[in-house]
Amino acid sequence: MPEMYGDPAIEARGLRKLFDGVAAVDGLDLAVLAGEVFGLVGPDGAGKTTTMRMLCGALPATDGAARVAGFDVVVRPEEVKRRIGYVPQRFSLYPELTVDENLLFQARVHGVVGKTFEDRREQLLSLSRLGRFRKRLTQDLSGGMRQKLALICALIHQPEILLMDEPTTGIDPVSRGEFWELLLGLAAEGITIMAATAYMDEVERCRRVGLLYRGRLLIVGTPREVRREARLTLLQVTCSPLRAGQRTMQGLAGVRWAEVFGDRVHAAVERVEIEDGIRRALEEAGVEVTAIRPIEAGIEDAFFELVRRRSEELG
Amino acid sequence: MSGWAIAVRDLTKRFGEFTAVEGVSFSVAHGEVFGLLGPNGAGKSTTIRMLCGILAPTEGAGEVAGHDIAREPAAVRSHIGYMSQRFSLYPDLTVSENLEFYGGVYGLDAERVRGRKRWALEMAGLEEQEGQLTESLSAGWRQRLALGCALLHEPEVVFLDEPTAGADPMSRRRFWEVIYGLREAGVTTLVTTHYMDEAERCDRLAFIYAGRLIALDRPEALKDSKQAGALVEVDCDAPAAAVESLQGEDWVEHARLHGGGVHVVVKGAEGAQARVEDALRAARVEARRVEPVRPSLEDVFDSLIREAEAPAAVGAS
Repeated sequence: MPEMYGDPAIEARGLRKLFDGVAAVDGLDLAVLAGEVFGLVGPDGAGKTTTMRMLCGALPATDGAARVAGFDVVVRPEEVKRRIGYVPQRFSLYPELTVDENLLFQARVHGVVGKTFEDRREQLLSLSRLGRFRKRLTQDLSGGMRQKLALICALIHQPEILLMDEPTTGIDPVSRGEFWELLLGLAAEGITIMAATAYMDEVERCRRVGLLYRGRLLIVGTPREVRREARLTLLQVTCSPLRAGQRTMQGLAGVRWAEVFGDRVHAAVERVEIEDGIRRALEEAGVEVTAIRPIEAGIEDAFFELVRRRSEELG
Repeated sequence: MSGWAIAVRDLTKRFGEFTAVEGVSFSVAHGEVFGLLGPNGAGKSTTIRMLCGILAPTEGAGEVAGHDIAREPAAVRSHIGYMSQRFSLYPDLTVSENLEFYGGVYGLDAERVRGRKRWALEMAGLEEQEGQLTESLSAGWRQRLALGCALLHEPEVVFLDEPTAGADPMSRRRFWEVIYGLREAGVTTLVTTHYMDEAERCDRLAFIYAGRLIALDRPEALKDSKQAGALVEVDCDAPAAAVESLQGEDWVEHARLHGGGVHVVVKGAEGAQARVEDALRAARVEARRVEPVRPSLEDVFDSLIREAEAPAAVGAS
């Protein structure tokens, strides 16, 4: 059976938010399709949290409109809230309550009661493998388990859409892997997921990602498309001394940037043909070159390049 | 004195019945950037605390900056720098005052504090923030200030415990430029991180799991080792169905959703791509693209953990 992505589950048009006259989000256009896993990335202060909070109806926009699950977030906030689960950046849980009690609390907030609640609770505890810990105080859980609990609390009322603001910050890679396994399983069942993240391995697991910078999306696409769009050729230069090599390359026309990476230098170049020029310049500078070879740029390199380009344009 | 900046053999730490670190051995060369990775609770922090002379090992021995960690913990402490994400900068002091405070803690005289303060401000790119309150700095700047404080007394070896946690990618890149600057000056760095792009920047990586060292090599070598099996990427419209059909195959280590497609780890590298293609065809899952991809470090560690957790019987068969 083919899995299809449906109509937009989350839509924003010209969304803007001013704080004291300064635009935190500045004319954001976005469409996340039903059943999609969408990643939102960007430097601190780019507007990720503000965007998330406007989409879930917690913060009124200064301008523009957003529709979530088919309802305008300003006109029909109650309809939106019923259909979304929100996992904020900082814990939304009560540390002095047990796992079970936190679930019960969230269920009451959303008016989920009786057998519906009990069935849903058991299902979520089993899904997250937190059943063994149901009597444990939330403050005694590991970071990874706490985030799983925050996730299932946000799922108690069976939302269609999950909005998450850097839900795994500070969690180890193995626990983050398990968390994402859980998310992608939910997506496979048709839940739409939009998550802000700072981890590139998580970005790679999204179907599409958007790069937010100074309140606007610089690019939206699959991870593969983003890498292609950055048109970035990376040369891996093995040379000695490293930093002298880096500094020499930084001064060359056609080299966008050069940085030390482990025991090599990565140089972002406009065309791969510059290789001979680099070799000559390094030799003239007394830097010994062992090897130069092109390598595939990672998604983080692509984001870095796109942000650099934009900030150069803005001056 | 050994030729290593850090050398430990059979390092073990027990807390009552619980063994936090068990028989860990490794050596770090002078000027090396050495990454210590592993899940929370695997024993990373306990290891670091033993290396810093804060916690005495139950068994085993170690030398840091030429001093024995069990017999000369005070000497070890004066030759190392330590910074953690829980590092206590005083938020209500200015940048300059924090540096002066730590200069006092390390017992530097006034003139040396002045010189080292200038160095730290320049290294951290905080010259213009000197008089600013620390609480008003962004995470990235605070972390570079904390690093400056940890380096005031010019230690030979520096321990960084999740130094960049919570900072954005731009700030993290900047932090690593500072680490490489230290490396050039001959300082040895042992760093822990949960960011795999940072792990790739280390000269060598040690991976700790359940108190034991389960892998140690250069990042590239870890990714090249066939230990992890072969990783195959599938691009298709029905990823969940693909996962389901592949998971049942005994030659599949595991299959999981990845982006819009699927990542499959196949046991043994031979003919992995063809096997995946055949299995998908048999299950009538149409794939646009099936191709081998290089595993990421995360994939490698995932496989190492699965291997460490696998019952012994599998290895014996």
